[in-house]
Amino acid sequence: MTSPILTSITDRTTRLELFRSMLRIRRIEEEIARRYVEQRMRCPVHLSVGQEGAAVGVCSVLRTTDPIVSTHRCHAHYLAKGGDLRAMIAELHGKATGCCGGRGGSMHLFDPAVSVLASVPIVGSNVPLAVGAALAAKQRGRCDVAVAFFGDGAFEEGVVHEAANFAGCHRLPVVFVLENNLYSVYTPIEERQPERPLVAFAETHGLFAEHTDGNDVVAVHEAAARAVVRARRGDGPSLLVVDTYRFLEHCGAADDDHLGYRPKGELARWQARCPITRLRRALRDAGEIDEATLDAFESEIAAEIVDAFVAADLAPQPAAHTAMESVHA
Amino acid sequence: MPDAARMSAPRIINAAAAIREATASAMRSDDRVFVMGEGATDPKGVFGTTAGLLEEFGKGRVMEMPVAENGWTGIAIGAALCGQRPILVHQRVEFSLLAMEQLVNNAAKIHYVSGGRHRAPLVVRLVVGRGWGQGPAHSQSLETLFAHIPGLKVVMPSSAADAKGLLLGAIEDDGPVIMIEHRWVHFAQGHVDEGAVAMPLDGPRRLREGDDCTVVATSYMTLEALQAVDALAAGGCNVDLFDLRVLRPLRLDAIIESVRRTGRLVTVDTGHATYGIGAEIVARVLTEAFGSMKAAPCRIGLPEHPTPSARSLAEVYYPRSPLIATRIAEVVGLPAHRIAELAHALGTTRDAVPLDIPHPSFKGPF
Repeated sequence: MTSPILTSITDRTTRLELFRSMLRIRRIEEEIARRYVEQRMRCPVHLSVGQEGAAVGVCSVLRTTDPIVSTHRCHAHYLAKGGDLRAMIAELHGKATGCCGGRGGSMHLFDPAVSVLASVPIVGSNVPLAVGAALAAKQRGRCDVAVAFFGDGAFEEGVVHEAANFAGCHRLPVVFVLENNLYSVYTPIEERQPERPLVAFAETHGLFAEHTDGNDVVAVHEAAARAVVRARRGDGPSLLVVDTYRFLEHCGAADDDHLGYRPKGELARWQARCPITRLRRALRDAGEIDEATLDAFESEIAAEIVDAFVAADLAPQPAAHTAMESVHA
Repeated sequence: MPDAARMSAPRIINAAAAIREATASAMRSDDRVFVMGEGATDPKGVFGTTAGLLEEFGKGRVMEMPVAENGWTGIAIGAALCGQRPILVHQRVEFSLLAMEQLVNNAAKIHYVSGGRHRAPLVVRLVVGRGWGQGPAHSQSLETLFAHIPGLKVVMPSSAADAKGLLLGAIEDDGPVIMIEHRWVHFAQGHVDEGAVAMPLDGPRRLREGDDCTVVATSYMTLEALQAVDALAAGGCNVDLFDLRVLRPLRLDAIIESVRRTGRLVTVDTGHATYGIGAEIVARVLTEAFGSMKAAPCRIGLPEHPTPSARSLAEVYYPRSPLIATRIAEVVGLPAHRIAELAHALGTTRDAVPLDIPHPSFKGPF
């Protein structure tokens, strides 16, 4: 395994930020997983543990005003883009202070303050929303770049190709980020798709293409930077294929290796390539991070997590009489 | 028609022209409004409803779409979330079936799930085909599919003035509005004000007054019902006739009030009767006004099979004014011989025109 930072053009400050952001998402989701068994978060959760590199690498090159759309597995994207942690944890608890006021649950996270436009649990359904956001940016003369996160399953959905075709046709400022984690729920990609390079999708629809190791956050960051620069200067849309892997079960907070749908040893091989462990090791090897800094990251993150869970605990549930509100604008 | 309008020189145009006029005026006054559609810029201009818009507003605001209905519906929703106000045009209702995923999962939900912080102001125009052997796909009136979904608004104009006013109201609305245009309503002529005055999407309109029976019609069937109701009035049977106009949100107060007076209810809509608009109206009216009923209500809608193409099959498929008059007369309890006379007289008028083209009397003005 190559160290991700040795050939990098990214500076140390950025590398530390990438590391801290991934670590923060991991710790938040570990706490969700730990507390999920208490059954006070009474909604499905789709954890991103193992996949943080893609979310953090891409969002690290975006401006606050750049809109992103996410999927059912939206925690990492929402957090990496700067989504409000308290509002997210409250939403998972079905509280009035949640980002959706308790109406959405974990699969509808959004935060207009940082342009997390929408998360949509229907596979592929979010992708045209990003293209529409890019169209609006172009129509209004704004220089925003929109990003659509989706998985290898969504790649099978017609609507993703429809959206990409339109983006390519109109040279819209959008980046399609395909996180290939090899599975759609329990079904491996080779049972769903012919053997082919996923980046070929780009040529079909007139997109630029980047294919990176999704567990090398610096590589993702740099590929995303190239794609976003192209989009922002009006050169058109890109596809970013990032290879990654989900460590926990598809839905829920548990380890599921005992179910037997993953080939023996596959999970361990990917865990050895954990994006956080890799970068931590590389930073240590290069003398770019010391134990005091690591400890400081951990304690700051831990305090923030405690705060968010306490706030969610204390927050009220939405009042039943509000259920009919905001059906129509 | 209001008296004031009647006194000024009437400007008679058809509903297709009224739709084009509403679109153009909205685009002139708000540069966030733009049109998307397959064929929006083509020489036919979606039955004339988008004709000339390309020349005035350019390709950036009258956008030709790839044949990818769900994709560009999602793109429209994304643009709407970012402040634009798209008008989506489908040449037939059933093309939008491919876009139901986006309309139902995203457009209808996003305002609610965001607690009102997100808005998806978009209008989806759908055209119901009829006549000239359209066959089972291109003839569908699927308004109940949309009207079933909380978060969507659904309107069905039956006149040129309503086509303009309701479309302007739909464009002004901050949420998703489905406007279903019956192809034969495009030919309906009437007085249409030159000004761009949006109508509130607020419910039914009474077209005829009477104490003998309440009739609720939608879209093109309002025009067939008018013919039936006027024939009944000539025979002394007076009907309270409503054009429903707005299917969701469904406001039935005026209709319930009417049924309390008449004790009778007949519904006439353009869709299939089972699980249809009529079923919903009958259920709600009876729940509220059961004690006032003097006769069992009657629903008139399409039979339980797809639309056939051949004229001989279509003849018995579409309910027309003689059947509507007959059903109303039966509910009112007119003597059988009078019902037969009425149906015969109406049938003679109707049969003078081929069944697969719009009847000339539907050109109004109404």
